[in-house]
Amino acid sequence: MMYTNIDELKRRYLEIIESEEFRKEFDQLLKNYVGRPSPLYYASRLSEHYGTKIFLKREDLNHTGSHKLNNTVGQILLAEKLGKPRIIAETGAGQHGVATATVCALKGLKCVVYMGALDVSRQAPNVKKMKMLGAEVIPVHSGNKTLKDATNEAMRDWINNPVDTHYIIGSVVGPHPYPDMVARFQSVISKEMKSQLLEQTGSELPTRILACVGGGSNAAGAFYHFLDDEQVELIGVEAAGKGVDTDETAATLTVGSPGILHSSRTYLMQNNDGQITEPYSISAGLDYPGIGPIHSHLFKSGRAKYLAATDKEVLQAALLLTQKEGIIPALESAHALAALEMLKMKPDDVNVINLSGSGNKDMETYLDYFGY
Amino acid sequence: MSFCHYQNELPSILKEKNKQKMNNRINQLFQNKQNNILSIYFTAGFPNLNDTIEIIQELEKNGVDLIEIGMPFSDPTADGPTIQQSSEKALKNGMSLNLLFDQLKEIRSSVNIPLILMGYINPVYQYGVERFCKKCAEIGIDGTILPDLPLDEFKEFYQSYFEANNLHNILLITPQTSESRIREIDKSSSGFIYMVSSASTTGAGKKVEDFHRDYFEKVQNMNLKNPRLIGFGISDRATFKNACDYASGAIIGSAFVNTLTHSTNFKEDISGFVKSIL
Repeated sequence: MMYTNIDELKRRYLEIIESEEFRKEFDQLLKNYVGRPSPLYYASRLSEHYGTKIFLKREDLNHTGSHKLNNTVGQILLAEKLGKPRIIAETGAGQHGVATATVCALKGLKCVVYMGALDVSRQAPNVKKMKMLGAEVIPVHSGNKTLKDATNEAMRDWINNPVDTHYIIGSVVGPHPYPDMVARFQSVISKEMKSQLLEQTGSELPTRILACVGGGSNAAGAFYHFLDDEQVELIGVEAAGKGVDTDETAATLTVGSPGILHSSRTYLMQNNDGQITEPYSISAGLDYPGIGPIHSHLFKSGRAKYLAATDKEVLQAALLLTQKEGIIPALESAHALAALEMLKMKPDDVNVINLSGSGNKDMETYLDYFGY
Repeated sequence: MSFCHYQNELPSILKEKNKQKMNNRINQLFQNKQNNILSIYFTAGFPNLNDTIEIIQELEKNGVDLIEIGMPFSDPTADGPTIQQSSEKALKNGMSLNLLFDQLKEIRSSVNIPLILMGYINPVYQYGVERFCKKCAEIGIDGTILPDLPLDEFKEFYQSYFEANNLHNILLITPQTSESRIREIDKSSSGFIYMVSSASTTGAGKKVEDFHRDYFEKVQNMNLKNPRLIGFGISDRATFKNACDYASGAIIGSAFVNTLTHSTNFKEDISGFVKSIL
């Protein structure tokens, strides 16, 4: 049903995003609007704690507080070139919704964000932000009223509005060319890492890179320019929720199997009948029953390794970073930090954590849990 | 995977194949009837788990030409609220592909009109596409409609299984589908072409005058080899008649599912619904 929408995008995206005009505008916005390059910070007290070297790639310092803006800036420029005056997006925690509403305000385009009704009530501050930015937020009442249902509804909108609308998907999921396109826009993360590592350590290659994975856009961006550097260990960390042996988990690669959803063939959380099951994680941003096909591929080929961290491990990791470095991470990013407990690291190892987002949006969860 | 070997087949085998195709009930229907074909969709397992057979029998009894049996899916992205809700309820009731095949195993002892299974690719993929096609042939299913299975994927991975089991995979076109793509779909289609009335999900409830008359006329004048049925947004006699001016007939889904939702007596309500259309 979406053939025409996707066909236009598929035919034109590379020619547009590789043009000099586009690159120039994109780089300018990344620098002066998003605030790139984001710092690569040597976390000395956390390093001391684990007896190794730990660097944090500070995507949390981007405008709007996460890596999500890298992609929406790219896609809004693309939408302009395609002549689409109306933008739609899905959002879970609201970070991608805010990042989309932000670039729509920047370009004066109409913005409609679909958000599961449950997430609307869980993430009230982000809903208000989107509204203040001029976006229309539509609560989705179907299914379990979370990210997957918001994605279904955004796809239905696109089917209903194939001519004037561009759909800004927030992760490396969905039909081709989205997984490739979003990974390209996020690849600025690993591009910067290389030059920053060279400057700070004398080598552009670290021992390993860790990133959290829901759909997997920040991980795809953090891995991108290291994929051919086989000696660099790539580790994605999924949300185990209450444990991968419980029904309340979002660790797709650990508990899932191959299937087809949202026009991607990838690992999915599903029952024996091929019905998609509802994921669970404390972090709404990892609450997706699939994973980008890029990660399914890296998982099967063994190029990247995937671990899973439970809610409890994640909360402790967030607290540790907060008190060792004075940085409150997003719950999503804290999954990557939690994996530090699971690894054998040598003193001279160089570990880079992609700190994909800020904990501002999660303060209520943290305060409730730790009882401050 | 390549399908070039079909070019090497002997003419006699091709003849045999054509004969087989003629035996497919969908082909027979379009051979015998060129106008006002009424196809009705309902979701298996809705409103109650075991209503499937009764609904099919009542539809045939009241003169419906073709039935699309919905295989419910957790994430029906091409469907509007009515079919989303019927699918959700059907799954809650316990419907699955295994159970549906079990319910349908005796269907050909009482029902003669063509039957099509409509749904999404993932449950079929998990069941095993080849196994699914064989099971359809065994039961007497004549075709499938899988809106999230693109033509290229179908051709590359699955077409051989469908052909081997005399099963038509019905493909969709929309007002945005280019002429060259329509030709390609026509070439790869068997049975009929499903013409989506307007750019929409199911049950959008557009008015007759909202339909893309120029799109209908364009396709009508393309001299396609396959007959066409128009679906999405067809809900009553007026929209049905309008669609029939441009195709061999039309498909009604959401409006019928709505009727079932509120029905306390299938016999009366199904008969009443079909009479209100024809």
